[in-house]
Amino acid sequence: MKEIVTLEKETATSVKEKISGSEAVIKCLLAEGVETLYGYPGGAIMPVYDQLHHYQDQLHHVLARHEQGAIHAAQGYARISGKVGVVIATSGPGATNLVTGIADAQIDSTPLVCITGQVNSKLLGSDAFQETDIVGISTPVTKWNHQITKASDIPEVLAKAFYIAKSGRPGPVLIDITKDVQFEEFDFSYQKCLQIRSYQPVPVADEVKIQEAAALINSAKKPLIVWGQGVILSEAEAIFKTMVEKSGIPAAWTILGASALPTSHPLNVGMVGMHGNYGPNVLTNECDVLIAIGMRFDDRVTGNLNFYAKQAKVIHFEIDPAEVDKNVKADIPVIGDAKASLTQLLPYLKEKKHADWYQRFKDLYAIEYDKVIKKDLHPTKEGLTMGEVIKEINLQSKGNAAIVSDVGQHQMIACRYSDFNMTKSNITSGGLGTMGFALPAAIGAKMAAPERDVVAVIGDGGYQMTIQELGTVFQQRIPLKIVVLNNEFLGMVRQWQQLFFDKRYASTEMTNPDFVAIAKGYYIDAKKVTKRSELNSSVKEMMETDGPYFLEVCVEKEGNVFPMVPAGASVSDIRLE
Amino acid sequence: MEENKPYTISIYTENNIGLLNRISAIFQRRHINIESINSSVSEIENISKWTIVVELTEDRMKKIIGQIEKQVEVIKAYYHRDDEIIYQESCLFKIKSELLFEERQIQNIIKESNANIVTVNKEFFVLEKSGRAEEITLLYRELKLFGIMQFTRSGRIAVSKEEMKISTMLEAFSN
Repeated sequence: MKEIVTLEKETATSVKEKISGSEAVIKCLLAEGVETLYGYPGGAIMPVYDQLHHYQDQLHHVLARHEQGAIHAAQGYARISGKVGVVIATSGPGATNLVTGIADAQIDSTPLVCITGQVNSKLLGSDAFQETDIVGISTPVTKWNHQITKASDIPEVLAKAFYIAKSGRPGPVLIDITKDVQFEEFDFSYQKCLQIRSYQPVPVADEVKIQEAAALINSAKKPLIVWGQGVILSEAEAIFKTMVEKSGIPAAWTILGASALPTSHPLNVGMVGMHGNYGPNVLTNECDVLIAIGMRFDDRVTGNLNFYAKQAKVIHFEIDPAEVDKNVKADIPVIGDAKASLTQLLPYLKEKKHADWYQRFKDLYAIEYDKVIKKDLHPTKEGLTMGEVIKEINLQSKGNAAIVSDVGQHQMIACRYSDFNMTKSNITSGGLGTMGFALPAAIGAKMAAPERDVVAVIGDGGYQMTIQELGTVFQQRIPLKIVVLNNEFLGMVRQWQQLFFDKRYASTEMTNPDFVAIAKGYYIDAKKVTKRSELNSSVKEMMETDGPYFLEVCVEKEGNVFPMVPAGASVSDIRLE
Repeated sequence: MEENKPYTISIYTENNIGLLNRISAIFQRRHINIESINSSVSEIENISKWTIVVELTEDRMKKIIGQIEKQVEVIKAYYHRDDEIIYQESCLFKIKSELLFEERQIQNIIKESNANIVTVNKEFFVLEKSGRAEEITLLYRELKLFGIMQFTRSGRIAVSKEEMKISTMLEAFSN
C-alpha cells in the first residue's frame, strides 16, 4: 500500500518502538487527536480494551448499553463537533449491532471510524464463535472498510481510515482487526494520511461554471436557495450568510441543513420537503432559478420529481459528483466544496433585493400560520401539542440549545419549530430515519459540546428503542435534557393510517410503562406533565437543573403534522389540513 | 422512455480485497443484472482493470459510473458503446474425441470458425474460440448438434479506441 498513499513525513522526534497491535490502535487514535470513543467490549476486542485501561487518562472510553447506542453517540459527537466519531465493538453481534448506525452515518455523511475485533485470522471463514463477515456486511453502507490481518498494517490503515472518514463528503469507515494481530508486536511509527491516489475528495470548482452560475443568479427575477448539510460540513456558514444577504435571495433548508443560517434571519424562509413550510414548497414550482447548495434532492425534499421545479434553471453546488444529475438535472453544476465555491462565487454576485418575490414567502407564511402554526404553537383546545413544547424549549433556551430529535412526528415538529441561533444545532437522523437515534446521539452531542444545552426530543416509540442508554447517561453523569413527547402511538405511522388507510390503526397504539419511574430507576430527576398550566414551569425546571433531567409530556393522542406533501404528489400540492 | 442498450464499462482500480463486493453491490442494489464481468491486471503495474457488460439506459449508465467512481479505491471508470471498443470473449468446448474423426463436418466447422484445438486425447478434445459473442453463440449452436461434454465462456474483455488517460492521472498524483 506504500506507493498509493501519501503519508506525512515522519517527524524527527518519532522513534520506532516495538509494541502490540492493540497498543498501536490506541496510539493511532491519540495521534489523530481522539479524546472520546464509544463502545462495548467483548472477546475479540479484549486486547484493545486492555490497552484502553492503560491509557484511560488520555482516552475516555464511554461504555454504552448496546453497540447501537455506542455508534449513535459517536454520530452525535461527530455531528455537533465536526470531528470524527470513534466507535469500538467486538466481533459477531457486536459488529452487526453497529450496522444501523453505519448506514445512518453513510446516508447522512457523518465521519465515523468504527473499529471491530475479529476472530483469529487462522479461524476466518470457519464459523468460529462470534465470527461474522462484517467487512462483507458493511460494504454497501461504508465509505471504505478494511480487514487487518498483519499488525504492521495498523498505522497505515488507521491513518487512511481517519483521512477517508473526514475528507470530502464525510462518511463511516470500518476497520476490522483480527484478534491475533492485536497481540502481535511490531515496530510502531505513525504518519497521518494526506492523500490517496485513487481518491479525489475535494474537486476544485470550475471557474467557468462559477461565472455562469453568477450570471444566472444575477439575472434571476425569482430565485430560491435550498441549502443542505453541505454548508455545515464545509463550515461555509459565514460565507453562505454573506452570499444570501448580498444576493437578497430567500433561502430554505433541508432537515439536515437546519441551523446553518439562524432561524431568525429574515431571508431564512423555512424548511422544504414533505413536512416543510408552505411557502418554500409552493414557490419551488414558481422560482425561475433554483440554487441548491450542499444538498442532494432527497425524495422527501422533492416529492414527485416529474413535477419538481420544472420551470426553473437549476444551479447545483455539490461536492459529490455522483449527486449531480442523480435526481434533478442541473443546468449549471458546480462541483466542489461549498465554502470554496461560494467564496469564488461571491465577488461576481450583484447586490440585490427581491422585494416582491420575498413578499410571496411572507404571504404564504401568513396562510400557513393561520391554518397550521397558530394551532400548533398557541392551541386553544385542551390537549397539549408537540409544537407548544418546542416553543417552551425555545423560550427557556433562548434558541441556543442543540436539539437532538428522533424520528417521526415529533421530529418534524422539532425541526419546524425549534429556534436555532447557531450552527450544528439540529441533530437528527435525516436520510435513514432511524428510530432510537436521539437518546444516544444526544449523549455524544452533550459530551462533545459540554458548554451547550443539549435537549433530546423523542417520541414514546423511538425512546423505547434505545431506552437502555439511560444507563450511559447515569454512569457518565451527562447533564442531558430528555423530553419524551408521549402520544401513546407510533404517531407518524398512525397519521398515515388515518389519512391513507381509513384509520386502520394496525400495531401503532402503544401501552407505555411509567417512564418517570424508569428514569428515576436510573437516578435521573424526572417529571411528567399532563396539563398546559404545568408546561412552562416544568420546562424551566428541566433547563435549570444541573444534572440530567427527564421530562415526559403527554400530548394529544391523534395530532397530525401539517403541512404535508403526500407521497407521490408535487411539492406545490402540499396540504395544509 | 429511453431504451436499454448494451454498455461496456472499464474500471481501473487498486488491487484490493473486497473491491469485487463493493462494485457488484452497486449493481445489485439497483437490481441491475451484470451480463458479464472480468477482472485482470492492466497495462499499469498493480492496477486492476475491470470490464463489465450491462444493459441500461444511457442516463442510468452515467449515474452508475458516478457511483463506481465514488468508491475510494476506484481510479477511473468509463462506459462505452460497442462501436467505441474492440472487444472479444473466449470460450472452451470439451467434445468427445471420436466425433472429431467420425464427423467430417466438425473439422469444417473448426476450420471455418477459426477455433483452435487446445488438446486432444483418447476420450475428448478441447476447442478454444475467441471472438465476438455472436460468433461464439453460432459455434455453440453448430457444435451442439453433435453433443458437447462441457462448455464455458468468459466475460467480455475490451480495449477502447480512444485513449483512457490512467497513466497520466497516476503520474499527476506521484508528482
